Amino acid sequence: MSDLRSAAVPPRGPADHARGEGEELVVYADLGCPHCASRWEQIRELPATVVFRHFPVASKHPRAPALHAAAEAAGNQGRFFEMVDSIYADRGHVDDPHLWERAERLGLDFERFEDDRRSEAVRARVRRDFESGIRAGVTGTPAIFSEGQPCNLSEDRERQF
Amino acid sequence: MISPGTPAPGFTLSDQDGEEVSLADFQGRKVVLVFYPADFSPVCTDQLSIYQEVLGQIEERGATMLGISVDGHWTHRAFQERLGIEIPLLADFHPKGEVAAAYGAYLPDHGTSNRSLVLIDEEGVVRWVHESPSPLEIPGANLIFDALG
Repeated sequence: MSDLRSAAVPPRGPADHARGEGEELVVYADLGCPHCASRWEQIRELPATVVFRHFPVASKHPRAPALHAAAEAAGNQGRFFEMVDSIYADRGHVDDPHLWERAERLGLDFERFEDDRRSEAVRARVRRDFESGIRAGVTGTPAIFSEGQPCNLSEDRERQF
Repeated sequence: MISPGTPAPGFTLSDQDGEEVSLADFQGRKVVLVFYPADFSPVCTDQLSIYQEVLGQIEERGATMLGISVDGHWTHRAFQERLGIEIPLLADFHPKGEVAAAYGAYLPDHGTSNRSLVLIDEEGVVRWVHESPSPLEIPGANLIFDALG
């Protein structure tokens, strides 16, 4: 039984997906969330190290679990952020055939991508991130943390970077 | 809000299907009451969606979660279907907000309940309460697990 009692945001670990340089921002995001997609355009341009944590909310965004699994499967082939960028850039095409097209464009080994995104290991990996967000009190996405504290990235703050 | 240690006020309300649900139905189980302002509001949508994602883990801990607002049961049905959630939603519709008021969770100026959580133990005693500072603030699911232990 998972422990879901309150806990601090886990520090960045070797299994985390991170991109960029500079101040570290931990971002809990939902790949099915339109608000996240809008904010991602800003977040990805920040001069910061962005640590992406999965936070799919299936009841609001039914395709979210499949999208997070696809990103994780792409990550197994070194293309995690490319898949995330691709999904957020075009939210209108997120059914399986569209994911196959994305995998092809990214040059992924298709059979491995298909196996991985349906695997228990990937499901557990996504769920681990989600549960760490629950423990940290995440109630909406994107939820951004800096040095373990919730960080409201207002436009003013973004200009500070 | 009602104080921990107080016997939980009993109630019978219609759920989203129009079926009567009583607190007494859950004797011997823990019950988590989720008072929320309104079906379909953006904040309530976020709150119940998040709780749905951990509903299985709440039930694993021997607890039943019940959502309560002043909406009627037809609205509850539409909201539950729209969100694809399984949390039973109870209609504190008439007399309006009576159950919320009994738990100290009614905001008469708003005509809705506040965003409040109540944990009732197996013997029907209130063990923990949480009242959001404002209806806009969602209590994280982590707080429920803290209370469940």
